[in-house]
Amino acid sequence: MSLDTAAELCPERSERQHRLAVLAKAPLDQLEAAWEALDDKPAHRLLRRSETGLVMLRVRIGGTGPQFNLGEMTMSRAAVQLVGDGGAGETGFGHVAGRSTRHAELVALFDAMLQSARWHDVIGETVIEPLAMEQQAVRAAEAAKVAASRVDFFTMVRGE
Amino acid sequence: MTGATATPNPGPANFAGIAPGFADPGREMQACFRAVLDAMAHPGRIVELPCALPAPLPLGQAAAAIALSLCDIDTPVWLDTAASGAADYLAFHCGAPRAAKPTEASFAFTGDAEKLPPLDRFALGTGEYPERGTTLMIEVAGLADRSGVMLRGPGIDGETRLAVTGLLARFWGEREALAELFPRGLDVIFTCGNTLAALPRSTRATL
Repeated sequence: MSLDTAAELCPERSERQHRLAVLAKAPLDQLEAAWEALDDKPAHRLLRRSETGLVMLRVRIGGTGPQFNLGEMTMSRAAVQLVGDGGAGETGFGHVAGRSTRHAELVALFDAMLQSARWHDVIGETVIEPLAMEQQAVRAAEAAKVAASRVDFFTMVRGE
Repeated sequence: MTGATATPNPGPANFAGIAPGFADPGREMQACFRAVLDAMAHPGRIVELPCALPAPLPLGQAAAAIALSLCDIDTPVWLDTAASGAADYLAFHCGAPRAAKPTEASFAFTGDAEKLPPLDRFALGTGEYPERGTTLMIEVAGLADRSGVMLRGPGIDGETRLAVTGLLARFWGEREALAELFPRGLDVIFTCGNTLAALPRSTRATL
């Protein structure tokens, strides 16, 4: 199932996918700073020890055709559960490229907080939105740079 | 385990109710595996769990630690009604599929020893693959040595005694009936809090 179909079927899930993607692509020091800047930090625990492993990337060329294994990449994952005051056991998951388990833990932590009514809005406004805008700006700048050197190829109809 | 059919876990797990697993999985799972190995090698010996799991758990300490150490995606797990709260816990930490019937289970966990199904309802292995029998974890009210049933067999120097509290009387009769199937059969581990005692299929018990 493509991401678009998934989004149509379940908008809530695509919203979460978007937030997780923003968090996973954000630099670690920005997430760390965002966490430090929070006045109201929830008590939390790791549901299982964060770990680093390999995932097989399954891809299609151009989004069509059969899937094949592109190769394995290093990935870190974490599962964090909110406990104690204001935490009703909301469980967040973080998967990031590379070996930074701390990065995965912060993603999981923010994911858990986003599921809690108490933190949902503040995390959305102070963490997700600024990061998303920044990443969007970087993508737009890159796209503009690439567009400047764009070449259109076309083939003239050959007359016989 | 090959040949067994297991139902996939129905629906998304309820993560809010899941307790954490081992803090240091590699080291603690090995320590726990060693404890089970010791218990199996010395039937009737009461072994204390060498590691602690954060409470509260859906199973007893020892049963949960055994599950984390031994179960994985290839071992269908059967749970009785009293232990069914552990389904999400096992799905998350072990990735173990849930067996619909006791005969399909590699491991079975019972939280209520008084509602234990008849022992011949579990997988007993085959002549070619006797190791495919179920390993049955029974949570009991108490374990004590120096009294109770007399145990003899491999791993026991002469004889030893094990008293199991809260076990149905028919258990020993049903177990004796399975003895003639050897090498097919059922391995049992009694768990009580953070202690365990094993009763492999080779052990003969006399009341």
